[in-house]
Amino acid sequence: VITVEIEKAGIPTAHVTTMTPVALMIGSNRIIVGNGIVHPLGDVKLSGEAEKELRRTIVRKALDSLQVDLTSQRVF
Amino acid sequence: MAQKLKVVHYLNQFFGGIGAEEKASEGPKVQAGVIGPGRALQEIVKDRGEVVATVICGDNYFTEKTELIKLMVPYQPDILIAGPAFNAGRYGVACGALCAAVQEKLGIPAVTAMYQENPGVGLYKKDIYIIKTADSAKDMGGAITKMAGLAIKLVDKKEIGSPDKEGYFPRGMLKLGFAEKTTAERAVDMLVAKLQGKPFETELHLPEFERVKPPAPVKNLASAKIALVTDGGLVPKGNPDNIESLKATRFGMYSIKNIQRLNAQDYDVVHVGYDTKAVKEDPQRLVPLDVLRDMEKEKILGKIDDIFYTTTGVATPLENSRKIGRGIAERLKQDRVDAVILTST
Repeated sequence: VITVEIEKAGIPTAHVTTMTPVALMIGSNRIIVGNGIVHPLGDVKLSGEAEKELRRTIVRKALDSLQVDLTSQRVF
Repeated sequence: MAQKLKVVHYLNQFFGGIGAEEKASEGPKVQAGVIGPGRALQEIVKDRGEVVATVICGDNYFTEKTELIKLMVPYQPDILIAGPAFNAGRYGVACGALCAAVQEKLGIPAVTAMYQENPGVGLYKKDIYIIKTADSAKDMGGAITKMAGLAIKLVDKKEIGSPDKEGYFPRGMLKLGFAEKTTAERAVDMLVAKLQGKPFETELHLPEFERVKPPAPVKNLASAKIALVTDGGLVPKGNPDNIESLKATRFGMYSIKNIQRLNAQDYDVVHVGYDTKAVKEDPQRLVPLDVLRDMEKEKILGKIDDIFYTTTGVATPLENSRKIGRGIAERLKQDRVDAVILTST
């Protein structure tokens, strides 16, 4: 719902979340699948460097999604 | 039953006969007896009661509800009837706010009426009974009849029928009742009707979510200003703004200027909706500042906004979320942010 309000203001917003069905329901347009509810941008099972690498991949995806011209909701 | 009910009526400057838009800043006043549409109201309630006073307030006047309530207290009202406001937005919001406040403070039934698109409906339909009206005063008679009827039922503590039957906006309540058919049979009937393209009535209305057209994408990431927002409840140690751990009503804005990564000892997580241990150990798992700083240095993106925005998204009423979202959006615009990464748990 916050994403909808921010996008209404004309600012593209990448929504990183593991609960993609909720993101779709509330109307987020740019949805990026996170890596777990308790750590959408991390992983306690990975070593420090590997975890940062994973985070970078997700953030990269989020940044990419912000550059895509969309006409409707998409899960990236 | 013999005792006459005392009804107070609320009107804006227009229906109160003070004037049109040029009088919209008139302050609150009270007058004994009926004014304007109150005459019709008097006709309807005459067997049971009397309109003892009319309170009036201009649409632009910042409605100090307590002030209006004070004005009506001397009349010891049993019922408040506000409006109808039809499609007049400010009037509708004032009617809704006043009814909700009177119901709470004076403990008497308060009923208003308006058109479905009046913003007062969305704001107050859960708290109070709002009768559905047409969009203009041509529906005055019907609206007043229904409002008075419902208010008297409420005073008499009679059973209130369904929204359809009584003509009010659904308040999102469920009521126990007997049905002719079992749930399974009703579900199949509904499905068959749907498949045949016939009309059917759902028994459970889902909340409606707005859709927004995706805004234009970022053209040049290397010069774009990106802001971080989260609803995962990450706050500086001590939660300086007391952001609620559920049903949040506000958001926090905290500086990340010159901060390369969020250190665990400086932050806390106040969200009660998930196991916060992993994020407490490393806040980057929620707000990915470290990798964004790297990308900033590598000139993949222009700049990270100096502020990160945070709130908790647990059991938050939709209306709160919208308000929080609007608040954040406003700040982001002021800060000329080009795009946002919002992280949710």
